[in-house]
Amino acid sequence: MATPLRNPIVDTDRAVTEQAIAIDSRGRSTHVTTAHSTAPVEPVTLRAGDSAPHAPRSGMDLHLRQLNKHYTGVAALDGVDLHVQAGELVALLGPSGSGKTTLLRVIAGLLHPDSGQVLFGSDDATRLSLRERNVGFVFQHYALFKHMTVAENIAFGLRSRPRRKRPDKATIKRRVEELLGLIQLPGFGDRYPEQLSGGQKQRVALARALAIDPTVLLLDEPFGALDAKVRVELRRWLRQLHERTGQTTLFVTHDQEEALELADRIVVLREGRIEQVGTPDEIYSDPASAYVFDFIGRANVLEGEVRGGRFHLPGHARTFSADGVADGAARLYARAHDIAPGSDDDGIGARVVAAHRLADRITLELRVEGQARPVELDFSATPGLTTPAPGSELRLVPLRYRVYSA
Amino acid sequence: MSDARRHDDLQEPAWLRWALIALAILVMLSLVVLPLLMVLGAAFAKGFGTWIASLTQPDAVSALKLTLFTVAIVLPVNAVFGMFMAWAVTRFEFRGKQLLLSLIDLPFAVSPVVAGLCLVLLFGSSGWFASLLQHYDVKILFARPGIVLATLFITFPFVVRELIPLMQQQGADEELAARSLGAGGWTMFRRVTLPNIKWGLLYGVLLCSARAMGEFGAVSVVSGHIRGLTNTLPLHIEILYNEFDSTGAFAAASLLAGLALITLILKFWLEARHGDALAKSHRRH
Repeated sequence: MATPLRNPIVDTDRAVTEQAIAIDSRGRSTHVTTAHSTAPVEPVTLRAGDSAPHAPRSGMDLHLRQLNKHYTGVAALDGVDLHVQAGELVALLGPSGSGKTTLLRVIAGLLHPDSGQVLFGSDDATRLSLRERNVGFVFQHYALFKHMTVAENIAFGLRSRPRRKRPDKATIKRRVEELLGLIQLPGFGDRYPEQLSGGQKQRVALARALAIDPTVLLLDEPFGALDAKVRVELRRWLRQLHERTGQTTLFVTHDQEEALELADRIVVLREGRIEQVGTPDEIYSDPASAYVFDFIGRANVLEGEVRGGRFHLPGHARTFSADGVADGAARLYARAHDIAPGSDDDGIGARVVAAHRLADRITLELRVEGQARPVELDFSATPGLTTPAPGSELRLVPLRYRVYSA
Repeated sequence: MSDARRHDDLQEPAWLRWALIALAILVMLSLVVLPLLMVLGAAFAKGFGTWIASLTQPDAVSALKLTLFTVAIVLPVNAVFGMFMAWAVTRFEFRGKQLLLSLIDLPFAVSPVVAGLCLVLLFGSSGWFASLLQHYDVKILFARPGIVLATLFITFPFVVRELIPLMQQQGADEELAARSLGAGGWTMFRRVTLPNIKWGLLYGVLLCSARAMGEFGAVSVVSGHIRGLTNTLPLHIEILYNEFDSTGAFAAASLLAGLALITLILKFWLEARHGDALAKSHRRH
């Protein structure tokens, strides 16, 4: 744990402010000053061991049992069962209206389920109010207290405790300093939220939630309000932070890339039900349904039918294995990079409609006879390879694919 | 085409611009500033000594006292109930919310005289609560409680209408965050809600106080015009004026106008200093 951790966040508006901080905190905060006096433009270097508020710990298990929630006739949650292990980082993934935010809010106690149970460890939290649950909730738009400084924001949870459970002032101050170190904003304690960039605000919101040692950490679209570049940096930072704190964490997102990169496990939701739960690898390479396949990345779809365990494409001789799929109308799903050009006696005949050449990649848009939707094929542009001209004929071989009943 | 030129094209001809501005200033001068100066002129027509004398006569002093007494009760009551109401409307969903929202504006829509008559119907000698009031020997009409109630009714919307858009705009996230961090209801209100709405609240209270001091119609109906007892400043002015004591009337009027001016200056300061913390819609007042 004592290995130096390099700040992965280098957002541009921050580099400037960080320099300013290094100057006015010179002499006060040695590790900051050292980092800047040797190389002023370098991001802050922190020793993880110095500032981690607690060693990685097991956190707490989370059980959801048969959660139901209805809004005037519409099921927002429909019999959701889920077990999150202590210390896991779980993504709740789905399009809007899939119930992912409702689920997060039910766990937090912001909403009460119509039926079902939420258990923290072995304690039933279903009837506990938001205040009693001791969850760390991070809002999409940060919800920082505008009129309080960063330090006061972070200290809020500890200061709001009843007197006998409240730490003394020195302890609170020390804890705030630790957390400011953890979120890599040392020296920012006296600033007001409006003086921070979006990424910085989000990290302060996270520190504020962590200050109360929450049972679980819940993040509602944590990167939704940030621009693309900051988003990618912040989520890598969050992953590192999670590895250090070991906090049981759930976050809501509609961005499959975010879920794939960040989460230990992904819960894909559809219309209030869990469609699939699995590791990013499982979800990506073995989608349980056409819905998951389609949602997790771009998909090519070929319409056909299954007869006796084989998928037949109308008007084409080639068939594909479809073990375990019932006879009848079906669809074959394959990703653009999982389809290869084949030889004359193999594959499906197709005609090139358009070709897009990017720096290292060629994307072909093809029309397959008998299919309404075009097929996209993706391959890396190796030297000597010529881009097929529009109008030319090509044979396609799906290397990896899945067949689902239509 | 230069930017300056294009800018000119978008504007009306110069003569029209100046004519409109001159007209606006003329209207302001003749309808607002001039009458106000006339009031001051008439108030001091017989010298500063007479002005002081008219204001220090017992009836005038008691009228001023009653006006300030009314304001001192109406302001905190409206501030507290205004906050309750704004809280209920912006933080909860309930049946009849829309009806409640339209009822908030009722005091603005109804003529103050009608409001006063409603109180007479309720608390008058043949009103709904007549026997009850008689039994406990409580006087509401033609006494201070009636005046306070009438003023409360008339000025109720100011605080609520300032706070509702403000609290809607701010949303409940900060309050929910405070709750999730373990704050109790009172801590949340004191440390999160109140700091967020304080300037809007003060603004509403200022508007409310200006109106409370100047209210005439509703108060006139319920007051009974008992000299030295149930006359507020505006009623006192009317009586003096009807008795052809124009110096006394204008002296009292200048005092009322002075109080209004102070409120206006405070309001200006608040808008200039904390305009961003007020509800976006505050300019409609």
